[in-house]
Amino acid sequence: MTLLLEQLLNGLQLGVMLFLMAAGLTLVFGVMGLINLAHGSLYMIGAYAAAWVQQRTGSFLAGIAAGLAAAAVLGMALEAAILRRLYAREHLDQVLATFGVILFCNEAVAMLFGRQPLMAGPPPWLSGFVEIVPGVPYPAYRLAIIATGLAVAAGLYGLITHTRIGMRLRAGATHRDLLGALGVRVGVLFTMVFGLGAMLAGLAGALTGPLLSVQIGMGERILITTFVVIVIGGLGSVRGALAGSLLVGMVDTLTRAYLPTTLRAVLPASDADALGAGLSSMAIFILMAAVLLWRPRGLFPAHG
Amino acid sequence: MAETPRQIAVLALAAALFVALPAIAAATARPDLITLGSQIAIMAIAVAGLDLLMGRTGLPSFGHAAWLGLGGYTVAILATHAAQGSLPPWVTQAWFAWPAAIVIPAVLALAIGALCLRTTGISFIMITLAFAQMFFFLFIALKAYGGDDGLSMRRRNALPFIAPRDDVAFFYVCLAALALVLFGLRRLAASRFGTVLDGIRQNERRMAAIGLATFRYKLAAFVLSAAIAGLAGALHVNLFRFASPDLLHWTMSGELMVMVVLGGLGSLWGPVFGAAAMVLLHAFLAQWTEHWQIVLGPILIAAVLLARRGLWGAVGGRRRGASGGRA
Repeated sequence: MTLLLEQLLNGLQLGVMLFLMAAGLTLVFGVMGLINLAHGSLYMIGAYAAAWVQQRTGSFLAGIAAGLAAAAVLGMALEAAILRRLYAREHLDQVLATFGVILFCNEAVAMLFGRQPLMAGPPPWLSGFVEIVPGVPYPAYRLAIIATGLAVAAGLYGLITHTRIGMRLRAGATHRDLLGALGVRVGVLFTMVFGLGAMLAGLAGALTGPLLSVQIGMGERILITTFVVIVIGGLGSVRGALAGSLLVGMVDTLTRAYLPTTLRAVLPASDADALGAGLSSMAIFILMAAVLLWRPRGLFPAHG
Repeated sequence: MAETPRQIAVLALAAALFVALPAIAAATARPDLITLGSQIAIMAIAVAGLDLLMGRTGLPSFGHAAWLGLGGYTVAILATHAAQGSLPPWVTQAWFAWPAAIVIPAVLALAIGALCLRTTGISFIMITLAFAQMFFFLFIALKAYGGDDGLSMRRRNALPFIAPRDDVAFFYVCLAALALVLFGLRRLAASRFGTVLDGIRQNERRMAAIGLATFRYKLAAFVLSAAIAGLAGALHVNLFRFASPDLLHWTMSGELMVMVVLGGLGSLWGPVFGAAAMVLLHAFLAQWTEHWQIVLGPILIAAVLLARRGLWGAVGGRRRGASGGRA
């Protein structure tokens, strides 16, 4: 029972992390119609910048700030230099050009930081355990991630539904040309949206650093899971991204935790572990297939 | 489907170059050229199959590495079991292993394609990528078949009249397979089926309105293209006698797409040039620097932003529209 509670929290933690990625990706898609594979690279840059600054200064918060800043600056630079030219192009062109960006970023990071993973631990004030219910200690750092993620989700909801920028965002998603005709500087709005998405990806990367090792290729791993989230949630919908993230986070964590032990009941231990590992890494894709059979446009389709 | 005179000349030159490659390699004492040539021919097969889907039908699949890998792993797994004695030795004969490497991806593509084709546009790109990743993770987890390390096979699949260690003979086998695939695809382009696929790309709703079950045509194209990739995968694993999980990796899917676009979308012959450009670029850049991807990335971006018609279109000269880029 206590194990189940722990795993549910782990699932929630993975879910909010995926949400930070999916929110940016889906906003950029919803508003600009751009599919950005390099979103995973921004996550990686955030993680590297945070780990590096943390190692140098010893300050965890300075690392987080550096991660956010690096991802936002790189994101806006990418937008201005390359991606802006792709808004009106076919999705195929967007995919290929941003694929090129990934290759470039991965290799640039390898040249700057080497191929050895960087290590970054949680700060001392978050490295302990918290008893959520008596007798169930849970890492404080993971709880902090969950809290941050939920706060970001609430903040995004407020931003999109209750501010002028949010209104323009929603307008841009459905009536882009009209928005420009009404005197809104669409180009500036787009760069801001992109910067926001990049910052969220950078935040996800910076927060992940202390949990996983910071290495090349970490961006693509989470990017593909994020795609699954977005396809499940419905393209362009932030609400869908939240629902999809939590669902995928839970399913992934719970199958990884319980499938191998369940299989052990019917199979020899080594076979059960191998098969369990294989099947649990396939679980979210099977979930995606099931959702698509039921609702081809995802759980919360954005437009109409 | 009319090629311009310049295109015909370039085609003839390319064909002559291919056929004479072993002689060139022997004359310059560069046996590695044979491997490079085989690699180009094999990639061209996969890319030509993907072009059927991307260029002709307008379905950009970002998961084609799955079929390449499944075809490759099929022959490697058959060879492993034959070596262990759990399957009879004739499963390593090419007449059995290669058709198996075509049929297995095709059957899986039938099921997965039926799911993927429920979506369109960007979702289609994402879902094909996700399914391919699913196979990647599966094969990494399958320790019995090498897991992370990949699966090697001791010798190539046996073909009649051909010594398994003869690299030149194997190069000609790959070349013959490429010629066969290109010939088949050219026939297909001129057929009713090919015309329907063209129509689906241009305006699917109209094709449905004139009474065609477009879903079935799209699914058929998906399966056919997976089958062709399966053959390429089997040849690839035979060439290096090694099935690597890298074959299934999503960067392979990305590279296949890049080769299609580099060669010229929907151009039939373009894939050969796209594959050749990519394989040679790889070989050249990797020789020059360990960090070759830092050069490759910007080249890709520039190719997408600037060279819209691909190599084949550039060869064709100043003609756009009906016959320049697309057949």
